[in-house]
Amino acid sequence: MNRALVSLLALSLSLGSSTPAAAQEEIRIGVLYPLTGAAASTGLELKNAAELAAEIVNADMKDLPLPLAPGVGLPNLKNAKVKLVFADHQGNPQVGASEAERLITQEKVVAILGCYFSAVTATASQVAERQGVPFLNADSTSSTLTQRGFKWFFRTTPHDELFVHNFFAFLKDVAAKKKIQVKTLAVLNENTLWGVETAKLEEKLAGEQGYKLTEKILYPAKSTQLTSEVQRIKGASADVVMQSSYLGDAILAMKTYKDLGYTPAAILANDAGFNDSEFLKTLGKDGEYILSREVWALDLAAQKPLIKRVNDMLQERYKVNFNGNSARAFTGILTLADAINRAGSTKPEAIQKALRETNIPGDKLIMPWDGIQFDETGQNKLGAGIIVQVQQGKYVTVWPFKLASKDIVWPMPPWSKR
Amino acid sequence: MEQALSVEILVQTLLSGVLIGLVYALVAVGLTLIFGVMDIVNFAHGEFLMLGMYASFWGWALFRLDPVVTLPLTAVLLFAFGAAVYRLVIRRIIAAPMLSQIFTTFGLMILLRGAAQYLWKPDFRSVESTIVSGRVTLLGLPFGLPQVVAAAGAVLTTAGVWWFMRSTRTGAALEATAADKEAAALMGIDAQRMFAIAWGIGAACAGVAGALLATYFPVFPEVGANFILIAFVLVALGGFGSVIGALWAGILVGVVEVLGGFLVGPAYKLVLVLALYLVVVWLRPHGLMGRA
Repeated sequence: MNRALVSLLALSLSLGSSTPAAAQEEIRIGVLYPLTGAAASTGLELKNAAELAAEIVNADMKDLPLPLAPGVGLPNLKNAKVKLVFADHQGNPQVGASEAERLITQEKVVAILGCYFSAVTATASQVAERQGVPFLNADSTSSTLTQRGFKWFFRTTPHDELFVHNFFAFLKDVAAKKKIQVKTLAVLNENTLWGVETAKLEEKLAGEQGYKLTEKILYPAKSTQLTSEVQRIKGASADVVMQSSYLGDAILAMKTYKDLGYTPAAILANDAGFNDSEFLKTLGKDGEYILSREVWALDLAAQKPLIKRVNDMLQERYKVNFNGNSARAFTGILTLADAINRAGSTKPEAIQKALRETNIPGDKLIMPWDGIQFDETGQNKLGAGIIVQVQQGKYVTVWPFKLASKDIVWPMPPWSKR
Repeated sequence: MEQALSVEILVQTLLSGVLIGLVYALVAVGLTLIFGVMDIVNFAHGEFLMLGMYASFWGWALFRLDPVVTLPLTAVLLFAFGAAVYRLVIRRIIAAPMLSQIFTTFGLMILLRGAAQYLWKPDFRSVESTIVSGRVTLLGLPFGLPQVVAAAGAVLTTAGVWWFMRSTRTGAALEATAADKEAAALMGIDAQRMFAIAWGIGAACAGVAGALLATYFPVFPEVGANFILIAFVLVALGGFGSVIGALWAGILVGVVEVLGGFLVGPAYKLVLVLALYLVVVWLRPHGLMGRA
């Protein structure tokens, strides 16, 4: 009995003493992504990008202008190295919550990055909030995530509402720099939560900024035909059609535009179906000139050489290019590492405080953002999307104009002249 | 909107409704046939359509064969598939309670969808170019050629099924079985064979509709769901078991959906269709051409 007690004591002592010792050389960050299930391939891209970010932090890369690239590990923590602890939520909110719990209580991570799906981010970040552990979200865009009054939740990516604001900033810029005056808008959105909420905001902003909304249509995404919708849109004869569609309905709408011979000056699409790889494959030349918002594009490298360098590193290791998702996951790890380093401690409160004080300038990012600074809700207020246009079968960046790799084509030529 | 309300646009919208309505009708013909002959509601019918679309897609993706060219083959494949489904599954539940029958075909729907997701991924795919791609002018108005060809194909197939039921011995035997299974058996008609043929033709109709749709509509495992709700409406609207009823109901529903959606507002297009359905079954519970 005595011996058992002693050994138990010794065990608890060794456990207690090992944690700070390990923290000196290894900072454990939990990374929660869908590594199996329907989004497994996306999960793998995110994982690879996170690994590359950790490698850049840990190795000494003197001439790479990214946070923590020069010097080994985290200088304020005795050059401790970052260790990523990966967990798989399978795209399931319940699994996401239990894995977040496990990462915090058993893996003893100091912060969590995740989760790609907004629904999973919602549940996993709830666990982190309860446990008082910083949670950084790099890639879920549901606006509601930062409206929950959480104190431990931070989001680097712009959210859905900001993207809609971007559309109007874009229209303003088009008027100022290209002397193209847009007066009337029409909205054609699918009728689930996403399309409906987007349409509401578009209607509000159009009213505030003096555009006339000539038609607003919410249609079921599972439609077998979109003739009535397109006829209405055609009748509304707006300068610009703002459209939020999933893939099947985006393709069907484009075919119907062509069949009915309808071209507005511009179709301003809200990512999703219009940016799916299948969209151009199916439509070929008929997809030309579509404008769509994006979070990131490889051709940003033309204006930001840093992107090419980092992309080359990813290519070398994993034989893939960055995309909007992986670039944001990469940036998420760097943001967390930067905050932990400035905190100079692995205490949650210290990291939380450092995150709040984050100030990474845009030129130290591979994103098209002005930088990273969090507001009181934990939302990065310097994030922004870009607008791409399909030109010669490729999505090229056309806005913001200072990051554009090609000039915008406006108005889009009518079907009869293609 | 004022300028939009020209006669031209109304006619174009109306005809677009007729075109899609004819395709709806073909999907419903297969469903109504199976129901008419053996009183079983086939919830997996939309999945037969999906299989027809995938058959066309793979013919194009693997061998660059046009969906229109492979259409007869798709019809034969789906006939064989429908007959096999009958022999392997449905035959065992003919005498079972209605609830078991519903669960069986519903389960078949989930199985086929799941199998398609597993085998062919949940992605949207498309036949990127076909011999019927492009536009055509009818009455001076532009229409998509694939839609026109799909509608023409649907009419021909529906007419073919109608002729078969009316003018061939097998068709007559099918009608007889539908009218009275026991009496037909006493006349020497092999009911099992008739049921298998009904399932085969029903599936083949869905398959042909799938092949025609594949020329312009994306293919994915849940694609059947887009069409099946309307097909059920047509079967009830046209009269259970009536091929001609399904055809008229298809045209009516297509026009109400497209023209009504245009005039009243696209958000209400399905509301209009279902309202029409409620009115018709309220006034005529057996549908437009159904037998009491």
